[in-house]
Amino acid sequence: MSLAARGLTYAYVPGRPVLARVSLAVEPGEILFLLGPNGSGKTTLLECLGGLRLPQEGTVLLDGTPVPQLSPKDRAKKIAYVPQFSEAVFAFTVEDLVLFGRAPHLGPLSRPGREDREKARKALALVGLEGLATRPIHTLSGGERRLALIARALAQEAPYLLLDEPDAHLDPANQHRVLSLVRALAREGLGILATTHNPNAALVYGGRVLLLRAGQVLGQGDPAAVLAPEALAQAYGIPFRIVGDGAGPKAVLPRLDENLT
Amino acid sequence: MHTKLRGTVRAPRRVRQAVLCGLLLVLPFPLLFVSLFLGRVRLAPGDVVPALLGRGEPLIRSLVLQVRLPRATAAALVGANLAVAGAAFQGIFHNPLVESRILGVSAGAGLGAALALVLRAGPAGIQILAFGGGLAAAGLAAFLGAAFGGGLLVLVLSGILVNSFFSALLGLVKYFADPYVQLPGITFWLMGGLPAVLWRDVVPLAIMSAVGLGLLFLLSWRLNLLSLSEAEAKALGLPVRRLRFLVIGLGTLLTAAAVSVSGVVGWVGLIVPHAARALVGPDHLFLIPASAGLGAGVLLLLDNVARTAFATEIPLDILTGLLGVPVFFFLFMRQIQRGGGWR
Repeated sequence: MSLAARGLTYAYVPGRPVLARVSLAVEPGEILFLLGPNGSGKTTLLECLGGLRLPQEGTVLLDGTPVPQLSPKDRAKKIAYVPQFSEAVFAFTVEDLVLFGRAPHLGPLSRPGREDREKARKALALVGLEGLATRPIHTLSGGERRLALIARALAQEAPYLLLDEPDAHLDPANQHRVLSLVRALAREGLGILATTHNPNAALVYGGRVLLLRAGQVLGQGDPAAVLAPEALAQAYGIPFRIVGDGAGPKAVLPRLDENLT
Repeated sequence: MHTKLRGTVRAPRRVRQAVLCGLLLVLPFPLLFVSLFLGRVRLAPGDVVPALLGRGEPLIRSLVLQVRLPRATAAALVGANLAVAGAAFQGIFHNPLVESRILGVSAGAGLGAALALVLRAGPAGIQILAFGGGLAAAGLAAFLGAAFGGGLLVLVLSGILVNSFFSALLGLVKYFADPYVQLPGITFWLMGGLPAVLWRDVVPLAIMSAVGLGLLFLLSWRLNLLSLSEAEAKALGLPVRRLRFLVIGLGTLLTAAAVSVSGVVGWVGLIVPHAARALVGPDHLFLIPASAGLGAGVLLLLDNVARTAFATEIPLDILTGLLGVPVFFFLFMRQIQRGGGWR
């Protein structure tokens, strides 16, 4: 049981791959944080894993089955994708938005029924937005919108969740709300992949990390091992230092160059 | 449909939307009835009701049954088609300024009608060539869009190109048309209007309207999903491109069927969906029927004005422009003042 990538290579322009032979695996119950500088291929990797892009080389395996062999509907029953923003142009309500998550479970001409509404309501309760169900989406704050999108993915009832920078553009309290929800979902048994620019997310909330640079995997595994100052410096191009106690690292921070201050 | 609605109605908001939607659906019927009285010959209820039952004086009977009823029916169907096609296109193109003409349907229909007039193909020929021209233009735009990746912007660009190209062809036909008989005919056709509509014209329109409106209503929840970004809809397991082209096909069918009878009528397909959305909300389950009812009602009203306000008929496209633009401006300003989330 896993969502795995084997030797993924993806190029927008032929000959210039943004992902080069990337392999990884997420199992139910764990979080894998994808780290890497802007343009390192994190989002592309996430989209390949979600079946939104077809890699030129390599395969994505869902419990051993190549994802391209699944119908879009069957894929969506197994893998839910949470974008940073929803581009709903109309003033749909939060409840409507979450109900959209039921799409892979419904026939082409059918509408969500009582049971689907029940599931949407449960998903909303799980992210703590049940009080906002009838509000139009665009009246919500950034943090609430992010939670609503996660609720939509939960209504999808997929065992694997792909999150594109779930903590981006949020204040510390909302970052904490979203990431502790992610942690709780993993404990419930979901397999979660999340891109992030916060190297400390894995140290605080638990999970493995994968460090990406220019489409290549610099390291993956336990954050204490992967997030070494050398590896981070290689990835981001600036010096880092590790803050920790005897039990291990607690945070990584940029190191100021004394000569320049 | 009623029982289906009852299952989903819970919150008061949805009840209100369903009631409004029902009212809008009923709206065209009294208007249709009233338009049977209006015209150069004013009729009283004592004339119209027996005529509808197939009795009364033969002349009045044929006026009501063979002239006014087909015309009013055509007006209602044209309005419903343009409004619903506009609502569907605004959703799938994620753009409030889109109407069903974006892919060149009207330009193609105009060219077809102009050719028919130049070739002296008669009223049936005009309708058939206008319908065919509309389908051909939108089909070409959709084909070009699909050939270059099928993305939304490519589709819009293809539509602009096809529009320009067919307008140029129309100009060519006009240039070579006989300036005393054919050219005015083409000009008047392009201004839109429903004079001399017969049952013969209405029957094919009604069949295609039933197919297009019915299928778009059945697809209403999928239309909601298509108004999300392509990546989101795809991640939810939707065959986005296939569905999008199906909706484009249905909207084009509705528009071409309407335009081939009425000539070019603008603005209805742009404004009515906005007004309907403001009344019943963005869920296409309500928006499609509400747009159909409101569109039918608006066009019935405008056609009644067009044929009774002055001694001669005013072309429909002129009326929709004169009335539509201020209404649209008002709706849009109100939306901006309320801030965000156009609906």
